[in-house]
Amino acid sequence: MNLDYTPDEIAFQQRMRAFFAANIDERLRALVRTGTRLEPREYVAYQQLLAAQGWGAPTWPTEYGGTGWTPTQYYIFEAESARADAPQQFHQGLELIGPVLFTYGSDAQKQKYLPRIISGEDWWCQGYSEPGAGSDLASLKTRAVRDGDHYVVTGQKIWTSYAHAASHMFCLVRTEIRPRRQEGISLLLIDMKSPGIRVRPILTLDERHHVNEVFLDEVRVPAEDLVGEEGKGWNYGKVLLDRERGLSAALGLRLGQYVRVVKSRAAAVRLGATTLLADPGFRDKLAQIEIEMLALEYMGLRTLADAVAGLDSGPRASMLKIRWSELIQRITELWVEALGYDAACFAPLDDATDLPADMPSPMASYLHARVTTIYGGANEVQRNIIARRSLGL
Amino acid sequence: MDFLLTAEQDLLRDSITRFALEHGDFAKWRRALPAGPHNQAAWSQMAELGWLAIAVPEAAGGLGGSAVETMLVMEGLGRALSREPYVGTAVIAPALIDDPAILAAIIAGETRIALAVAETGNRFNLAAAETTATGGTLTGTKSFVHDGATADWFIVSAQTGPALTLHLVPRDAPGLTITPIRGPDHRHHARLTLANTPTRPLQGGLDALESAVDRAIAAHLAEAVGSMEALRDMTLAYLKTREQFGATIGSFQALQHRMVDIALACEEARSMLYFATLRLDAPAPDRRIAVSAAKTRIGQTARFVAHQSVQLHGGIGTSDELPVSHHLKRLMIIETLYGNSDHHRARFAAATDAA
Repeated sequence: MNLDYTPDEIAFQQRMRAFFAANIDERLRALVRTGTRLEPREYVAYQQLLAAQGWGAPTWPTEYGGTGWTPTQYYIFEAESARADAPQQFHQGLELIGPVLFTYGSDAQKQKYLPRIISGEDWWCQGYSEPGAGSDLASLKTRAVRDGDHYVVTGQKIWTSYAHAASHMFCLVRTEIRPRRQEGISLLLIDMKSPGIRVRPILTLDERHHVNEVFLDEVRVPAEDLVGEEGKGWNYGKVLLDRERGLSAALGLRLGQYVRVVKSRAAAVRLGATTLLADPGFRDKLAQIEIEMLALEYMGLRTLADAVAGLDSGPRASMLKIRWSELIQRITELWVEALGYDAACFAPLDDATDLPADMPSPMASYLHARVTTIYGGANEVQRNIIARRSLGL
Repeated sequence: MDFLLTAEQDLLRDSITRFALEHGDFAKWRRALPAGPHNQAAWSQMAELGWLAIAVPEAAGGLGGSAVETMLVMEGLGRALSREPYVGTAVIAPALIDDPAILAAIIAGETRIALAVAETGNRFNLAAAETTATGGTLTGTKSFVHDGATADWFIVSAQTGPALTLHLVPRDAPGLTITPIRGPDHRHHARLTLANTPTRPLQGGLDALESAVDRAIAAHLAEAVGSMEALRDMTLAYLKTREQFGATIGSFQALQHRMVDIALACEEARSMLYFATLRLDAPAPDRRIAVSAAKTRIGQTARFVAHQSVQLHGGIGTSDELPVSHHLKRLMIIETLYGNSDHHRARFAAATDAA
């Protein structure tokens, strides 16, 4: 066992550090540092910046335009990106549908879609959850009926992130009613400009618009946009979900950004002659969270090392997702606590400008963090998966 | 010792329940948000029902009621997510103001009053103010005034030499700038800047302020308990109706246990609410112990209940379109108001040392 980087890896790290130092402007850094959700155009611009370096798809094989990096190199890339307050790449095209397409997609699909994910030309959203199918995704009801060389899709998706900005949606649909509900589900690639698609925004508790309802009314989808085999969509979808959970290996690195911002804010909060950051109670709480973040980071590193060695990490992806989501909730809650009354300043009224500079990011981040223990499979479901698949309970 | 309500208090509770049903319709509540922070019809009705007179002494035309009556009103307002400035106007102001004309206006529902004590440099410490009162004028900044955007009067704390003093300032006072802020709770709070603003000194000092703030805290804790119980009820109903995996999700043991912990937290919070409310007239050290213990524990249990109510509702719980998240946001503001759980745990420890 060894925690040190090789000379090559150190050189790689220096290259990454220099790149991020030179290419991320202060405006973007400030947005990331304050936990502000980026606009789609900001994600696209960042994707284009990386793509120009040939780093648009850090986790993909080279034959599909990826970097071919080792997991350690990917980890260094993510760590340096986080250290520089650079954003995280938007993951739904890059990490969710992209890998499914290069694993299960047709040659035509690979040629058509993969380069446009890397270049940022296409923006993918994920059509999974439905009003009646949340944790129990296999109960989804959106129907796709074959009509000549098309599927005709009718149904409703919900909690679809950035559907309002997306050019395409990868969508789980039911193509056949089978006794075992996981069978008869197919994965379709749908152009969001198709007639019959209506997107309704849902405001979340942070008063932002990230998610939507998507209504599909007899939407015609060319049969060539079926991924893999008809009726096997559940298997591809599950691969996606596992990959989404595994992403939190890298997400753990981003939590350090919150620690930095909480520390700097707490140092500015006066408590008589001292500051909140010097307050023993506050220091204890912050240190506790930092220690648990280290545990998460090393759990993530072990998962990456397993990937290098070609080993199965077992339930660790689900475990990472559970801890990461709990920690982001706790650190943003501590951020709100540090602010005291300033956290209550959520929106200006009457064009007021004399307000705390970071308003309303801490409260908005705290509120939005409540979503993380629910999306991508609620933590209760993650625990069920670990109990069943890994512990044999 | 008993925890029973009198016959009159029972009637009050019934009338609060009816009021909450009438004004607590969430769809209506949400539609009314763009129109501003107040529901004039609700406020007038509260005046007619005598609720704004509960804490006003009988000699001044009020009801001279007890903290229990205030508690009953606030529970109902918490359950209905009411945004009326009841605590500043009808709990804090009568404790600090003795001007008969202002007290009469409070009772009639013709004025709104807010307490301006928070400053950036003093966090939750009531005893110190960087705002100064010299030569009959006030100068300084108050960083957060709960419900301050629409107040007609402000009660402002300031330093006069070594003493903390209290002052009454009308909203149109010279040198007063009101910066309105909307909270995540959709209430309209404010920052105040005072520059040589003429003062109207009030009688009491720090002791009176601390006692009034303890009353305000107890009232907001009642609001919190009302809000927590509303969350408990809607979460329980959801567990009994939402189906996944071919069963109501309330049939899953992991969620049953979580729901039990929510119910337990509500019982604990209500018990602490009674403790604080019934000690408001005790000598200051006993009052501090009870109020700070309750503020701490209700702050903690409220967060648990709110977070888990969102969690058990799943995606829909994170939507702005359901009351669940709005209760969470209001409870977070109550947690901060007049000192968060950490602040009150320290105040409790100091008070138990002194006892």
